[in-house]
Amino acid sequence: MSELKDTGFDDPVTVDVTLSVNGESRPVTVDTRETLLDTLREHLALTGAKKGCDHGQCGACTVLVDGRRVKSCLTLTVTLDDRRITTVEGLAAGDTLHPLQSAFIETDAFQCGYCTPGQLCSAVGMLAEVADGWPSAVTADVAGRPVLDDDEIRERMSGNLCRCGAYVNIVAAIRQVGA
Amino acid sequence: MRPFTYERAADVRSAVAVCAAGDAAYLGGGTNLVDLMRLGVATPAVLVDVTRLPFDRIEETEEGGLLIGAGVRNSDLAADSRVRRRHPMLAQAVVAGASGQIRNMATVAGNLLQRTRCAYFQDVTKPCNKREPGSGCPARRGEHRNLAVLGHSDACVATHPSDMAVPLAALGAVVHIEGPGGSRQVPMPGFHRLPGDRPERDTVLEPGELVTAVEVPPLAFGARSRYRKVRDRASFAFAVVSVAAALDVADGMVRDCRIALGGVAHVPWRAELAEAELCGGPATEAAFTRAAGLEMAQARPLERNAFKVPLAANVLVRTLIDLVEAR
Repeated sequence: MSELKDTGFDDPVTVDVTLSVNGESRPVTVDTRETLLDTLREHLALTGAKKGCDHGQCGACTVLVDGRRVKSCLTLTVTLDDRRITTVEGLAAGDTLHPLQSAFIETDAFQCGYCTPGQLCSAVGMLAEVADGWPSAVTADVAGRPVLDDDEIRERMSGNLCRCGAYVNIVAAIRQVGA
Repeated sequence: MRPFTYERAADVRSAVAVCAAGDAAYLGGGTNLVDLMRLGVATPAVLVDVTRLPFDRIEETEEGGLLIGAGVRNSDLAADSRVRRRHPMLAQAVVAGASGQIRNMATVAGNLLQRTRCAYFQDVTKPCNKREPGSGCPARRGEHRNLAVLGHSDACVATHPSDMAVPLAALGAVVHIEGPGGSRQVPMPGFHRLPGDRPERDTVLEPGELVTAVEVPPLAFGARSRYRKVRDRASFAFAVVSVAAALDVADGMVRDCRIALGGVAHVPWRAELAEAELCGGPATEAAFTRAAGLEMAQARPLERNAFKVPLAANVLVRTLIDLVEAR
């Protein structure tokens, strides 16, 4: 059997970057290896984005970068200066919830809540993609304009897992806002 | 993860110079590379971020084709109205891959250069000829249900995981490359390589070479094309088998066609035998079945993936029938 590669003894490399997070400028010194997810949670006390799989497969870490949904667990923080980052903490306007947040409450779209910040950020990004006319894998005519039905919502949200199985109500919440 | 220094490329020349010096990797969207670094599979000492180079546009070529910048995000490629209208199979393949979040990050070049998802390749505690040449291939007798049936070797039975690369191979796309020795262009198929006894090399890229664009030549009948993907769950899963096909039919005869298969080989597999059999013949289910059978007769399935041979043939036949019946 081959041995584990020796990766433990090189010196860490740190870099100063200035992030724009939820409209605030946040200077931070990061290890080049650090992901946006770890920077948000460990350095900036923004613990809304969750670490589920840390491999880009579960979607719990989803945030918006320049308005687009991405996996913060696969995004190196050092790549992000000048980029505009929005986390679940930045969706509401003061005490006024984002329409998707209200819809998730109204339709009972979560149980344990662990995946919810990722679901919300993903849904915000996804509705913008539909508004821009982007096709999906279930869009019948890829050259035409997609219509947001339940199949489209399910396909477009497939990057966000919910182990409680709240999918039915998540689809309902998104339909309420997006349709 | 091994510590690394981060450099943001100011221009192609400096990026190539850094990478050609060795122990460095280009960083695109990072959706595969960052994960491989975390797993200990990739251990570069330097990461050269090429995402801010001016390769983020899709432009018309003089010949009427499209020049797709290497840094174009997968989602922008699939959303492009020219791609959707002229080459539906390309847009369909891109949106059939990964998830919305990952498509927003992943680049066109990174998609072409992604590594196999063979479980042994991704597990540094296991032997793997692709990761560690000469260490062996446990997949050949182990977990290979989703690995290759065509073109594999004793050394490696991995599959190329890309959906996007399948229609690009069918379209004869040309990969534009800048390297220490200058620029060159490599047509698909031909960019990815079969494993042979050098499975550590996925492509013909030489050390330090950087993909700058992918050129899609014009195809008059490209609008009549389709990508069909079979996977273990409805979404966010790699292909078990996939087909990209474009068909030019008139008066019940096949005038021309382009076909490639995904999920079956170390490369996006251009179905040249099937194409040759179909061209000039009748556009009937019997002819399609004969052509698909001819292509898949080359398969050498492993113990637990023989199902892929009839599956690929059936998906190909169904895709061609759909194209005949379309419009």
